[in-house]
Amino acid sequence: MFELILTIWQDAIALLPDVLQPFAAIISKIVVILMPLIICVAFLTLAERKIIGYMQVRIGPNRVGPRGLLQPFADTFKLMFKEIIIPSNSNKFLFVGAPLITFAPAVAAWAVIPFDEGMALSNINAGLLYVLAITSIGVYGVIIAGWASNSKYAFLGAMRSSAQIVSYEIAMGFALVGVLIASGSLNMHEIVVAQKGSVLNWFALPLFPLFMVYFISGVAETNRAPFDVAEGESEIVAGFHVEYSGMAFAVFFLAEYANMILISALAAIMFLGGWYSPLAGLGVVSDTLFALPYIGWAFDSGFHWLFFKIAFFLLMFLWFRATFPRYRYDQIMRLGWKVFIPITIVWLLVAGVMVLAEIPPWFDKGGLS
Amino acid sequence: MKFLGKYLNSLFLFELLKGLRLTGHYFFGKKFTVFYPEEKTPQSHRFRGLHALRRYPNGEERCIACKLCEAVCPALAITIDSAQREDGTRRTTRYDIDLTKCIYCGFCEEACPVDAIVETREFEYHGEQRGDLLMTKEKLLAHGDKCEKDLASDRSRDASYR
Amino acid sequence: MYELIGLSGPQIVFYIFSSMLVISALMVITVRNPVRAALFLVLAFFSASAIWLLLEAEFLAITLVLVYVGAVMVLFLFVVMMLDINMVPLQEGFTRYLPLGLAIAVIIVFELSLVLGPENFGLEKFAAPAAHTADYSNTKAIGSILYTDYVYPFEVAAVILLVAIIAAIALTFRRRVGTKTQKPEEQVAVRREDRVRLVKMKAEKR
Repeated sequence: MFELILTIWQDAIALLPDVLQPFAAIISKIVVILMPLIICVAFLTLAERKIIGYMQVRIGPNRVGPRGLLQPFADTFKLMFKEIIIPSNSNKFLFVGAPLITFAPAVAAWAVIPFDEGMALSNINAGLLYVLAITSIGVYGVIIAGWASNSKYAFLGAMRSSAQIVSYEIAMGFALVGVLIASGSLNMHEIVVAQKGSVLNWFALPLFPLFMVYFISGVAETNRAPFDVAEGESEIVAGFHVEYSGMAFAVFFLAEYANMILISALAAIMFLGGWYSPLAGLGVVSDTLFALPYIGWAFDSGFHWLFFKIAFFLLMFLWFRATFPRYRYDQIMRLGWKVFIPITIVWLLVAGVMVLAEIPPWFDKGGLS
Repeated sequence: MKFLGKYLNSLFLFELLKGLRLTGHYFFGKKFTVFYPEEKTPQSHRFRGLHALRRYPNGEERCIACKLCEAVCPALAITIDSAQREDGTRRTTRYDIDLTKCIYCGFCEEACPVDAIVETREFEYHGEQRGDLLMTKEKLLAHGDKCEKDLASDRSRDASYR
Repeated sequence: MYELIGLSGPQIVFYIFSSMLVISALMVITVRNPVRAALFLVLAFFSASAIWLLLEAEFLAITLVLVYVGAVMVLFLFVVMMLDINMVPLQEGFTRYLPLGLAIAVIIVFELSLVLGPENFGLEKFAAPAAHTADYSNTKAIGSILYTDYVYPFEVAAVILLVAIIAAIALTFRRRVGTKTQKPEEQVAVRREDRVRLVKMKAEKR
C-alpha cells in the first residue's frame, strides 16, 4: 500500500519537465506534512475545549456532528465568513501581514523535524539551530500585530509578549545546549539516533531538569496558560489580537496551536527519543513482542510513537491551562531569569561531566567524536 | 531546615503537581452538564423573565398609569404616556419596555400598586428585527393574556410571603 | 531555463537577496517611522543571512537570524515602540549642517574606495570558494577552528563579554532607599499560617 502510493507519486513526478521535477517533489512533500498538521491543529482546538470541559466537570462542545466532532469545521466556516475589520489609523500592510508572520515560522520549522528513520523534509546539519532561529521569529507577528493595531491593549500585549519571549528563549536555548552536549550533534536525526534503545536511553533521564525547563519555557514561548499575559483577557481584553476578527484572527489562533504541536514535537525528539518505542532495546522481551503479527508493529519503533509522544505533551499543555492561574508579569520574569537560567547553567556543567565520564547507558557510545 | 523544605517543595513543583492531580481527578468525574433544549433545570415561581401587563378577570387592564415603575426603573427602560379615557379613568396610551436596557431586577413589579406589570417565567425569546425587543403595550398585554393562568398561580403561591 | 538570462540559479538568488539587502538598508535610514526602520533592519538581517547561506556558511547565517533577529531586534523594537518621536524638531537645521555632512560623507566614501578598491578586493584576487559535499558541516568546521587555533582569542572575547555583562548589571543596579517593591520569592513562599491568625473568642454578652 505504502510502496504503491510511493511509486505512483514518483511516476507522476517523472512526467513533469526536468526543471520542475525537484520543485514538484518538494512541494508534494510539504503538502504531505502540512495537510495532517492543519487537520491536527483543527482537532487540537476541539480537544482543548473537550478536555478542559471535562476537567471542569462539563462536557464541552457536543452539538456539531457526533459528540461535537465537526465543531472545528463549524468554527472555521464561521470565521471565514466574518468580516475582517481594519481599525482606522492602523498600519494596513503590517496589520494584515502580522498573522502571517506568526503562522509562517510555526509551519516552516517542520521542515527539519524527522518523523521516522530517514523521514524528514530536509535533514540539515544545523537543524536544531534552524528550529531555534525560526521559532524566535514568531514573536514578530505578535509585536507587529500589537503595534499596527493602533490600540493600547494590543500594544500592552505586544510589550509583554516581547519581553517574555526574549527572556524564555535564553532558558530554552540553554536547555537545548544540554541536548547538544549529550548528543554531540546539531542534526535532529542524529539527536534521535543518539537516544536509540529503550526508555532508559532517552535524554529525559540524565537531562531531567533541562527537560522540565525546556517544556515550561515552551509553554511560555507559545503564550499559553499559565504564561498567557500577552493575551491576558482579564486585564488587557485579548492582548495583541483585540482588533483582529474573522480569518485574520483565525490565523493567529492556528499559529498558536501549530506552535504548541511544534514545541511538543521538539520536546519528543530532543528528550523522549523521537520515533523510538519505549520498549525497544529490551533484548528478549522486545524481540518476542515485536515479532507478533500486527500488534508487534504497534509496539515497534515508528512514527506512531512520535505521534503518541506529541499527543502526551499536548495533553500536558491543555492540562496546564485547565489547572494553573495566570502568572503575574514580574513572577514570569523572575521565573525565567532567576530560576530557569541558573538551573540550566548548573545542569549544563553536570551534563558535561556526565559526557566526559561516559556514564552508561547514555554517554558510552562516544557521543563526543 | 524549614527553608530547605520550602525550597525543595518549590523546586520539585509539588504544589503544581497537587493542582494537576486535582484537575486530573475531575477529568474522570461525573459531568453535570444539562443538555439544555432537551433537559431543563427546575424554575422558581419567582423567576423574573419577559415582562407582561395583566388584566382584571373582567378584561379591564390593571395599569392606571401611575408611572411608579417608570420612576423606579434603574435602567430607564420603561417609557409611559398617559391620557384620560372616555369613561374618565386615567390609562396609558403608551407603555414601552426596552428589553435591551432592562436588567430584570423586578423593581417595576414591586413598585406596581395594582400588580399590573409583572415579569413572567418566559425567558426563551429573541428578536429578529429592529423593534422586536421593544415591548409595546399591545405586546405586553398579549403576553399577559397568554400567561395569565401561570401568573395567577405563581402570585397566589407567593402571596403568604408578602 | 537559467541560460536565457545568462545567470545561474544561485546567482539569481544572490542578486534577489543582495538587492533586497541594499534596498532595506536604505529604507532603514530614510523611512520616517522608527518602528518601520527597525522592521526594515530585520529584513536586512534576513537578506544578509540568506546570502551567507549561499556561501554555505549556515552556522553564521542561522546565528545571525537567531541572535540579531530573534533577540536583539526584539529588544530594539521593545524600546522603539515605546518612544513617541516627533520627527519635525529632529529635522531642524538640516540645511545648515548639510555642507559639513556632505563633506564628511565624501571623505568617508573616498577612504573606503581606497581600501575596498578593486586592487585589494577585485574578483581576480579571490577565487570562488569551492563547493563542499553534502556531508560538510560548517558548524563543525567553525568549532574545530575556534577551539584549537583561536582558542585564546575566543576565551579572551568570552571574558570581555562576561565583564561587559557584569558591568552592565553593576551600572544599572542601584539600591534606592525608601522604595517599596514586591519580592516575588517571599510572596511565593508565603503560607497561610504566616498571614492568617485564627482567633477563638467567647461570645460577648449584650
